[in-house]
Amino acid sequence: MNSLVLMIIGLAMVIAGYFLYSKFLGSKVYKLDESFRTPAHEMNDGVDYVPTNKFVLWGHHFTSVAGAAPIVGPAVAVIWGWLPAFLWVTLGTVFFAGMHDMGALWASVRNRGQSMGMLSGRYIGARGRNLFLVVIFLLLLMVVAAFATVITNLLIKTPTSVIPVWGAILVALVVGQMIYRWKINLPLTTVIGVVALYSLILLGDRFPIVLPDPILGMSPAAFWITALFLYAGIASLLPVWVLLQPRDYINGVQLFVGLALLYGSVLIASPTIVAPAINTAVPEGTPSLVPLLFVTVACGAISGFHGMVSSGTSSKQLDKETDGRFVGYFGAVGEGLLALGAIIAATAGYQTLAEWEAVYSAFNQGGVSAFVEGGGAIMNAGLGIPASLSATILATMAVLFAATTMDTGVRLQRFVVQEAGEVLGLKVNKVVATLVVLGVAMALTFSTGADGSGGLLIWPLFGTTNQLLASLTLAIVAVILLRKKRNPLPVLVPLVFVMVMSIYALIVQLGTFWNDQNWLLLGLDVVILVASLWVALETAIAMQAARKGTFDPETDEPVAAGSVGSGTAER
Amino acid sequence: MRGTLSAFSAGLREFYEAPYRRTLARAHRDEDDLFTLVVLAEALGVPNPASYYTVEMLPLVADRVHEWHTRLGMDRSPLDHVSCC
Repeated sequence: MNSLVLMIIGLAMVIAGYFLYSKFLGSKVYKLDESFRTPAHEMNDGVDYVPTNKFVLWGHHFTSVAGAAPIVGPAVAVIWGWLPAFLWVTLGTVFFAGMHDMGALWASVRNRGQSMGMLSGRYIGARGRNLFLVVIFLLLLMVVAAFATVITNLLIKTPTSVIPVWGAILVALVVGQMIYRWKINLPLTTVIGVVALYSLILLGDRFPIVLPDPILGMSPAAFWITALFLYAGIASLLPVWVLLQPRDYINGVQLFVGLALLYGSVLIASPTIVAPAINTAVPEGTPSLVPLLFVTVACGAISGFHGMVSSGTSSKQLDKETDGRFVGYFGAVGEGLLALGAIIAATAGYQTLAEWEAVYSAFNQGGVSAFVEGGGAIMNAGLGIPASLSATILATMAVLFAATTMDTGVRLQRFVVQEAGEVLGLKVNKVVATLVVLGVAMALTFSTGADGSGGLLIWPLFGTTNQLLASLTLAIVAVILLRKKRNPLPVLVPLVFVMVMSIYALIVQLGTFWNDQNWLLLGLDVVILVASLWVALETAIAMQAARKGTFDPETDEPVAAGSVGSGTAER
Repeated sequence: MRGTLSAFSAGLREFYEAPYRRTLARAHRDEDDLFTLVVLAEALGVPNPASYYTVEMLPLVADRVHEWHTRLGMDRSPLDHVSCC
């Protein structure tokens, strides 16, 4: 199979999804109304609620949802062959992710821009809201731990990325100063920032940094993980304008540059995919494709994290309700394309099947390193950039994604710990809260030994938690549709599928963790499994009530039978 | 052409600012609160070694006192001689 053909088919599928399926969803299911006064106008405060141009909002939404996860998941999942991952990414984007993200945006816009946590309280009940908080806490914890391992592996396997990865912090610090202190205009600052970053990549490619073993009494892996957690803790405590804001921004620009380089290279080089369509000779210990594929590729197909972004910020800035189709659905398409790029890089970037099989010698092998190596080879063939430099570019891109998500994850989780402290009547200051977050995340990362590989072992668990969150969002959207007496099937079918696969995967993983005697992950698995079953039960109850009850189609509030006027327009 | 460039620049700025607008606004408000507290320190009975300077700034914060004390949960002004409500 030629990768260019696969790329064109994939592009055609997701673009068709946008033009056809999202149009159907917008007009028949969500019934988007251009004249509806969105929260951005209704509650415009110049801070949270601001009507924003749909292209800018899409850029913001896309870069918020796209991170290292749509690279890691597909690059791990191709171990079952490229076809299952390709089908799940493309069909998942069209029928699951786009509908989910657009639905979350719509549900939030119709409820004064409220977050999914608030909406779960309203539509699923108070217990639903508590469940939401637990799931978000676990998700953030796993993001921090898993990405620390991903970054460490890349820093060790691609030592040329060490200088640009750590140097990017310096670039971000200077960019922050240029914008707010020195008042240099943003386009010029952007050019300077991107040129500085790519200069560091060139420098790093010439001077790879390989740490001695041991260093300060630790293995290089343990050292990098400790250094990363220390950095993430400090970064999360600094004022956002100093580091996090410029870092996210440069990273967002880098995302577009990286995607253009990768897709441009595939277009020119059109390498052949050496990996099998369906891998019948998976390495020993590889779990079954069903259900693990559907949780391994979470971001890139359907991801609960997107619902948080959709309802947390994007819904408050939507200028017109009809823009939700472009921002929500096309945002998911953008992430699907990143996942598709990862599949192509990890399967077409090798010369022979034997070479590919050597990389994918065990489950969780290959992964993001395969994306870097394979993508680097494709960029070398397509654009003539030396293979080592190409790999450095992609490794830096992947690390920066993971690192910015990690920074934000630590910061958000700190707030969760402080809020939990308040509930318990304890005043937890931000340094203590940060130490709690880092302590728990480090315990998880080092749960399988001093090499810190525990972070990647929990990847499928991260997927199930993410899908559980997606199920909660879909349940809210389904309940709203049922209350409005509209066709819930486009939401119900994905909801049942995702929920069943998540619970099935959790049960399979339970056995694995039991056999490995990994009590920490086993405990986490049990917590998530209980939460999943609870979500399923609460959802069923809420849907039954929505189906049987009578609700005002305008406000979704329950009304006494016969009190809704026949002239009430359904919206 | 110039219009397109300025629109692009404005879009870029929005792209930069939007994700952190709330956090920055909150940080800005916290700084303003601290400034208000320092200026009003003497009036609140807290000895202020810099009162020679801060007293000149009282008119600057006077307009914000009502918004400040209501946000801090005090329905009435805590200052005897600032009866904003």
